[in-house]
Amino acid sequence: MTFGLAMLVVFLGVITTAAIVDGFVPPSHVQSIDPTKVSQTPPFDHPGLRKVADGAYEAYYVARIFSFTPSSIEIPAGSRVTFYVTSADVEHGFSIPVTGVNTMVTPGWVSQVAHTFKDRGTFLLVCNEYCGAGHQVMAAKVVVK
Amino acid sequence: MATALGRARTADEALELSRAGGDLLVLTHVYTATLVLGIGALFGMLQGLSRANLIVMPASFDYYRTLTAHGVLMALVFTTFFITGLFTYSTYRTIPRVRSARLGWIGYCVMLVGTLMATVAILDGSATVLYTFYAPLKASPVFYFGATFLVLGTWCVAADIFLNVAWFKAHNPGKRIPLPAFLATCTMTMWIIATLGVVAEMGLLIPWSLGWTSGIDVGLTRMFFWYFGHPLVYFWIMAAYAIWYTLVPARFGGRIFSDGLTRLAFIMLLLLSTPVGLHHQYLDPGISAGWKWMHTVTTYGVVIPSFMTAFAIFATFEIAARKAGVRGFFKIVRWLPWKDPVFAGPALAMILFIFGGFGGIVNNSYSMDVLVHNTMWIVGHFHITVGGPAALTFIGATYGLVPALTGRKLFAPRLALVQVYTWFIGMSIMSVAMHWAGLLGSPRRTSDVSYFGAQGAATWHAHMLWAAAGGTIVAISVLMFIIVATGTYVANRRADVPPTFEFASTNEDALETPPVLDNLGRWGAVALGLAVLAYAGPVIQQINAHAYLAPGMRTW
Repeated sequence: MTFGLAMLVVFLGVITTAAIVDGFVPPSHVQSIDPTKVSQTPPFDHPGLRKVADGAYEAYYVARIFSFTPSSIEIPAGSRVTFYVTSADVEHGFSIPVTGVNTMVTPGWVSQVAHTFKDRGTFLLVCNEYCGAGHQVMAAKVVVK
Repeated sequence: MATALGRARTADEALELSRAGGDLLVLTHVYTATLVLGIGALFGMLQGLSRANLIVMPASFDYYRTLTAHGVLMALVFTTFFITGLFTYSTYRTIPRVRSARLGWIGYCVMLVGTLMATVAILDGSATVLYTFYAPLKASPVFYFGATFLVLGTWCVAADIFLNVAWFKAHNPGKRIPLPAFLATCTMTMWIIATLGVVAEMGLLIPWSLGWTSGIDVGLTRMFFWYFGHPLVYFWIMAAYAIWYTLVPARFGGRIFSDGLTRLAFIMLLLLSTPVGLHHQYLDPGISAGWKWMHTVTTYGVVIPSFMTAFAIFATFEIAARKAGVRGFFKIVRWLPWKDPVFAGPALAMILFIFGGFGGIVNNSYSMDVLVHNTMWIVGHFHITVGGPAALTFIGATYGLVPALTGRKLFAPRLALVQVYTWFIGMSIMSVAMHWAGLLGSPRRTSDVSYFGAQGAATWHAHMLWAAAGGTIVAISVLMFIIVATGTYVANRRADVPPTFEFASTNEDALETPPVLDNLGRWGAVALGLAVLAYAGPVIQQINAHAYLAPGMRTW
């Protein structure tokens, strides 16, 4: 019991330190958007990849049943990509398995999540929240060269 | 009922008739839960086979419809009918009173009507929105009304329990509320505070589904849902704990370790079950990281009463064994009545819950959640929590309740024993496979995860086969459960010496319980205050954001 309580305090300490020192916090971007006007609202009127500096990219995604736009992006290994995602219809998920890129995509809000792609390869990007009859085909690709 | 009571000639006879009336109500709850578990398990097995690509669900009744039915029937209906029945039993049996069970029956009927409405909407395909019914997926109003009636029915059952406890307090001044009735009242108080979230959400969803409002604040409905969604889990767990604390010890001649500790653990669960829901929304946009961190802390707090429970239950085992002259860990383990399904069910459930608890601490770990959120890990987690500790405890308790309520011996007790062990094995296989697939990133709630043979998806299939195998074992186990539970009533006659299912008495050397613990009205008010404190900030942030409203959609 005492050991258990001590472990709880240790866990909480580790999590809090990681959050403050290393910025390990779950994606919590607060920015609203009209879900009925996504295709007219910049930058989501032209979704896709933008280079902001050497090795630094921003990627704007629109999630819409049952696909992501863009459906594929290509980046050099070692790039840090900040993803901005919003939904034009229902609740979606945005997950690149095993990388730690994982966020909900809620209509009315813009989600943000960043990741540095060190390894080369083709990564699968999936919708991991049920969005309708074709949910199982909602996927895209991230190619790291 | 009233006329039967009117015919009673003596006070004892009136009490006897009243008790029989209450037993019928509880039995109806238990059998309803049993039937729902059977239907839910069938859908669950189909999903497992379908996800492993062993069968293909027809387009006219697809995977997501079975998934909605499975989730709603298991998480919301089976558990709720069993728990409200259990707590009615705890109250009626420990408060001797000539009573009318009318309010209890009204509650049952309202719950049943709600369940039927929601089930019809799900089966006819107009509510394929899963058990979380996230807007702006828009189900037919029948589904939302059904869910609301299910909740309102439970409020009637709660009111019946509260009125009985109030009667007891008025007629026994200065006496402690009997422990089982206390646990019932405490849990139902928590449940009412929690279900306020569903009612608030329905206040938004129902007018919108009827077409009276054109759009919905998606973030707000999600927040209301998860305000309810986590205490829902604690509703199951508190019911399982109530069985572990008060009913299980009597199976091996044990006594409740401490009356005061039990009450304190339940009050902590009452206080801390609700202000924690944001840990289900760690990955939601529109909610600041600070609020999420705050709910991480409170969620760790709610682990403490679980530690207390683990300690108290093991102490109960050890004290009883020592009294019987048995010492040493392995000897005590062997001494316990593993051949009694009423003991073995809950005891195996406790083992599963140790792993469920570990997984829960991982899920709650803030930044660590990104690795497992919405993956099969989560599905594995709640099958080893609700499917393990809660359901297996309820099954074991059913083997005690049905004979006690019907006066008949348990039908095929060996089959019952095989049933609880196969459940344990099947659930373990399934849950381990799901956890594993989740760590590899396999998404949950997806009918087919092959993604046209994409790289990365290939590693998931083997685990889905294991999950399907485990799920099939569980479904077979459920079939055995139904045979035993219904066979007891159908095939067996009333026994000469009616079987009993007794509440254990308290350890005689335990300390006196402080009277302040019995003041449940005050503790309920504190719990509500904490819930408001934890949620006022995030809800105000949500409303102040002037979030855009989303139109409803039917994407299935």
